[in-house]
Amino acid sequence: MSTESNYYVPEESRLPVLGALALGLMALGAGLLLNDGASGILWVGTALLVAVMYIWFRTVIRENIAGMNSDQLKRSYVWGMSWFIFSEVMFFAVFFGTLFYVRTLALPWLGGEGDRSDMIHLVWPEFTAQWPLMETPSQAAGSNEFIGPDHHMSFPGWDKMFHWLPLWNTIILLTSSVTCHFAHHAMKHDDRKKFNIWLGVTVALGIIFLFLQYEEYHEAYTEMGLTLESGIYGSTFFMLTGFHGFHVTMGTFMLLIQWIRGLKGHFSSDDQFGFEASSWYWHFVDVVWAGLFLFVYVLA
Amino acid sequence: MAHGPAKGIGRWLFATNHKDIGTMYLWFSFAMFLLGGAFAMIIRAELFAPGMQLIKPEFFNQMTTMHGLIMVFGAIMPSFVGLANWMVPLQIGAPDMALPRMNNLSFWILPFGFALLASTLFMEGGAPNFGWTFYAPLSTTYAPDTVNFFIFGVHIIGASSIMGSINIIATILNLRAPGMTMMKLPLFVWTWLITAFLLVAVMPVLAGAVTMMLMDINFGTSFFDAAGGGDPVLFQHIFWFFGHPEVYIIILPAFGVISEIIPTFSRKPLFGYSSMVYATSAIAFLSFIVWAHHMFTTGMPIAGELYFMYATMLIAVPTGVKVFNWITTMFRGSLTFETPMLFAIAVVILFTFGGFTGLMLAVAPADIQYHDSYFVVGHFHYVMVAGAVFSMSGAVYYWLPKWTGKMYDETMGKMQFWIAFVGFNIAFIPQHFLGLAGMPRRYADYALQFSDWNMVSSIGAFMYGAAQLMFLYNVISTIVSGKPSTEEKTWEGAQGLEWTLPSPAPFHTFSTPPNVK
Repeated sequence: MSTESNYYVPEESRLPVLGALALGLMALGAGLLLNDGASGILWVGTALLVAVMYIWFRTVIRENIAGMNSDQLKRSYVWGMSWFIFSEVMFFAVFFGTLFYVRTLALPWLGGEGDRSDMIHLVWPEFTAQWPLMETPSQAAGSNEFIGPDHHMSFPGWDKMFHWLPLWNTIILLTSSVTCHFAHHAMKHDDRKKFNIWLGVTVALGIIFLFLQYEEYHEAYTEMGLTLESGIYGSTFFMLTGFHGFHVTMGTFMLLIQWIRGLKGHFSSDDQFGFEASSWYWHFVDVVWAGLFLFVYVLA
Repeated sequence: MAHGPAKGIGRWLFATNHKDIGTMYLWFSFAMFLLGGAFAMIIRAELFAPGMQLIKPEFFNQMTTMHGLIMVFGAIMPSFVGLANWMVPLQIGAPDMALPRMNNLSFWILPFGFALLASTLFMEGGAPNFGWTFYAPLSTTYAPDTVNFFIFGVHIIGASSIMGSINIIATILNLRAPGMTMMKLPLFVWTWLITAFLLVAVMPVLAGAVTMMLMDINFGTSFFDAAGGGDPVLFQHIFWFFGHPEVYIIILPAFGVISEIIPTFSRKPLFGYSSMVYATSAIAFLSFIVWAHHMFTTGMPIAGELYFMYATMLIAVPTGVKVFNWITTMFRGSLTFETPMLFAIAVVILFTFGGFTGLMLAVAPADIQYHDSYFVVGHFHYVMVAGAVFSMSGAVYYWLPKWTGKMYDETMGKMQFWIAFVGFNIAFIPQHFLGLAGMPRRYADYALQFSDWNMVSSIGAFMYGAAQLMFLYNVISTIVSGKPSTEEKTWEGAQGLEWTLPSPAPFHTFSTPPNVK
């Protein structure tokens, strides 16, 4: 509820309409890239969006430093970030939902379970449902439309556990959440030196995670025959881990910016929302990974 | 903070003012309404008589698709966002929306998104032709190349919706005037709070669905292809997990509007305010767990069919509470029938009718007969048009004096209402008969026995279309030459903070929050 007598309503701004133009150009450009192979407009749009976001965040930071943000406005930013993260939760929910649906319903039905088993057997008589799906229905029917992977990413057994990248990635990402929390704690107590160290460690862990994720993808494509095209296992695997990896990239970048801002002395023990919002995002990305580790890697 | 509106085009391009942005939303959505309406007129002109007269079947498919997409995403949704922009800060005593710059970003994405979508009409291969529900594999394996533009268009339009909703939620939760507790909020604000929650929850689901389409089309994944272990039915599950809450996203703000209008012209407070709030919340909750009633004929285990049938019927309970409350508000009130009230009463009657046909469709064994027939088309137009669009028209007449400081011509308003009301019913009642007699939806041609009712339906549709031009005329002539109406309280029985402000509402309002008792 409103308690302030004045709420800061900003002057007219050129940024929003330029941001919308950038998104419009990106949508047009991405379509043109896929349909005609022309990437020019996509690059122009992306560059414009980056420029708009840079200036926009700079403006907001300067307004805050100038003391124009009341406590009430800061609460608006808190609500904004929280609901944005909620929308991200729903975005990942779609891909998790897809995974669960395929594993518990679609594949068993294709394999002949359920009310319509008599009909399914006419279409793919040789197909057996399994997870990870190594042989696709089209393969079972003798077509090479979709070829299943040669190897999968699941838990390799206790003896090979320590050569299994996802385990290391899990340890790295969970640790980074803890170090991020230490950084927050340090800033709450105005300990800038510790803040810089712990946040620096968090960013470094994020980068290591991304590097290992790249290694995993490289191995999948070059040695395991696991690609986007290897049936539903490859589709769900790359969709879930790919979007997660993209979010880790964003989160690492956000935290890196906050680290630089920390060095510039932007934060104080009671005003550090830029960092807090980024850290919420980071914890969210971490929780998603916990779900991924469980449902994509372990329980398979 | 004392700055007034900027001069020239910059006022609109660089706006941060909730009233200006609301105005842009309203005009943009009306432009889209006329565009989508023009597509509807083409559809009804082709269906006026059996055989192919005016257009080719391929183009007919593009028209049905674009009509649906533009009306849902370009006309109805942005119109209510525009209304929220204008009215929510006024009704809760806030100085503006919580995040004014993001507000303008949400708006300006829409013209770019819809320009992209509409431009596919002129591209090789034509516009999307797979229906507004874009079921795979029609929208993947068999889609025209322009589907990629459609997908990216949906992405940015979705981003606009999410940002707009976050803004509305932050405004309502954080910018209420002192004393404006949650259970004192006007019902329009409440319905929008819940709508915005639904939008933040399901627009990402839509984004996920089109992203998987994109991957299937361009990058060889097999989400919706059984040959690779995926399932086309999965697409329908995801789409309707978005699509069913979407239906309530469209109708809940309309409920909010008529919950404002009916008490005003009944000169009585709304009956059962708190039960309205709970009913709205219950509808929102149920909307997440009933999606597969759109898929009774697609193939589902019998347990699933039964569950979705009974869960769907449950929605009739909170909806019934609402209808009961509106009628009870009118009961023994001193009713007058100005144009907004006529629209509101029409919504109560026609929406209830659309709700009943919805109950018929919810009965799984019966639905197998009606599925994908014109009965369904008739049903959802009673909800979408007679529910959402009628209440939007009512809202414009109701608040136009507050926005412009001028009064519309009551005779013209009433005439427009009656032409719209009669035209609408002539257009859509026969579609129920056609559907029950077996005419499938989305067909460019039909068997001879369907000729008469199709002709009647087309005549009604043209009449309804003409009423919209009259609506446009009424609004413009009010703005240009309407009688000044400067008193704060335009309507004798109106309650709420917006009626404590001068008319037209000044550029900045509630810079200092009012005290709500």
